[in-house]
Amino acid sequence: MAEQNAIKEKQKIGVSLKHRILSIVSTSLFGILCALVIFPFLTGVLASFRPGRELIRRGLSLNLDFSTMSLDNYKFLFSGNTDSLKYFNWFKNSLVLTVVTVVLTLLVCYIVAYGLTMYNYRLKNFLFFLVIATMMVPFEILMLPLYQEMISLKLINSAAGVILPGLCGASTIFFFKQYMSGLPKELLDAGRIDGATEYGICFKIMLPITKPAFAAMAILSTMGAWNNMLWPMLIFRDASKFTLPIGLNTLLTPYGNNYDLLIAGSCFAILPVFILFLCFQKYFVEGMTSGAVKG
Amino acid sequence: MKLKKFFNSQKVAPYVFVLPFILSFAVFWIYPLFSTVKMSFEKILPSKTTFVALANYEKLLNDRIFHIAIGNSFWYMVWTIIILIPLPMIFACIMDSNLVKAKGLWKALLYLPALSSVVVSGMLFRLMFSELPTSQMNVFLQWLGQLPIKWLKQESTARFALVLLATWRWTGVNMLYYIAGLKNIDKAYYEAAEIDGAGAFQRFRYITLPLLKPTNIYVLTISIYAGLSMFLESFMLWAGNSSPRNIGLTIVGYLYRRGIEKNELGYASAVGLVLLVIALIINIIQLILNGSFKKEEA
Repeated sequence: MAEQNAIKEKQKIGVSLKHRILSIVSTSLFGILCALVIFPFLTGVLASFRPGRELIRRGLSLNLDFSTMSLDNYKFLFSGNTDSLKYFNWFKNSLVLTVVTVVLTLLVCYIVAYGLTMYNYRLKNFLFFLVIATMMVPFEILMLPLYQEMISLKLINSAAGVILPGLCGASTIFFFKQYMSGLPKELLDAGRIDGATEYGICFKIMLPITKPAFAAMAILSTMGAWNNMLWPMLIFRDASKFTLPIGLNTLLTPYGNNYDLLIAGSCFAILPVFILFLCFQKYFVEGMTSGAVKG
Repeated sequence: MKLKKFFNSQKVAPYVFVLPFILSFAVFWIYPLFSTVKMSFEKILPSKTTFVALANYEKLLNDRIFHIAIGNSFWYMVWTIIILIPLPMIFACIMDSNLVKAKGLWKALLYLPALSSVVVSGMLFRLMFSELPTSQMNVFLQWLGQLPIKWLKQESTARFALVLLATWRWTGVNMLYYIAGLKNIDKAYYEAAEIDGAGAFQRFRYITLPLLKPTNIYVLTISIYAGLSMFLESFMLWAGNSSPRNIGLTIVGYLYRRGIEKNELGYASAVGLVLLVIALIINIIQLILNGSFKKEEA
């Protein structure tokens, strides 16, 4: 009996040793992977503290010479506007545009998804099919006619021109629909018995219990809006209206690149989404996944 | 009062809810889609528009630069699929096991590139792959005893930079999709397989792989679309829409060049429609091969 126990113990130790080695190996795999992923950022951040001539001479390099580093680039970015550099404006524009886009998109997509989930009517499946159909055509194909449409609607250079075409995002509607189809429909009848209107039920009863979906989608669409570039690049014409990606892109000119400012501006531009991501990572992972893939 | 009752009825309310979509669909989808089809049969000059039937498409057939653009987009799409499906899947499987410590940290760090806009990531890669002997990739070459090269001016090395950029940006994102896919797999299958004596590889081959199929189809579909409509990555890597001998020109890049830079809306619309047809054909083939059109087995 004692012998048997001893053998079992030995086996256990063997298994746990194998487990520990595998654990170290796979953890370090991710460590190396992450080091590779961070590397470009790391050199970028280091470079953002260096004067432009240093960058022209050496490019991005893992140069750990701290004596050449200063806060000058960042000071210059925020010191005020020049004709070509309106960083503070761009930052503000991005912030406002992102907030407005996210709030409007979520609200509209929620309402549409509600209409597609909570009632039974003849056109329901057909309408949902249309939502899916809009996913099938890459935006880039519609870009030119949409651009012309915006010119004739006089929405060029306006936030409305950027926001409106993307307001009913199919994937956001799809996500809300997925989420809501899991909610009990009895709540609707309960609300009706209590005398709530259809719209009251939508906003006062269902909206609060859809909050997790809102959180997930808020993070996803914030990132989309913050980094959106192609369409805003066509719509905004005045440098004072540019958002961060477009504004930063204008620093790359045929007459010489202001890499020092570009890098500093870029590093700072990632900060807001990065902080947001860190704070809401849990919701984010759920949001990325639960709407999109259901086996 | 009657009006209020009318809007509050369960027959009318759903249509009020979906109204924003119907409007947006008509104005920002159907209308531009039809007008791009119409424009593709026209020659559009600032003052007048003439119907030219299939002339734009005939011109496309013989447009060497367009062929280069299609080739580049396809090449990019194929390589991103070859890399960005198996690699994230394997990482997700390892991450999902109980072996890895500090999972949250790795997930967040691997996701970091996707948080940065294409301006930032494109610029970082542009500098890393610059011609300077001190740029990272050239330093790396020198370690290996090679001479520095002009990465972004030769086709093969430029393509390598482009695919590496895509790999860097999207591995973390696709990994999250696969992690979610793995979470949907019932753990009982693995327990049963283990009792039957299946090894780790067999469990992966006969349980994980087939049950990840929905995730695979999803990731494949978005990869096809993202690959075919890639533009900004190339735009940032070459600081504009022109690269030496068009080595970085994509279909959307060509659409942008013709439509926005040269203002040839008719011709650019034809480019767009070719892209649409390619995307639809590939996706339909893909869905048929994956059996998505088959009826669910009872």
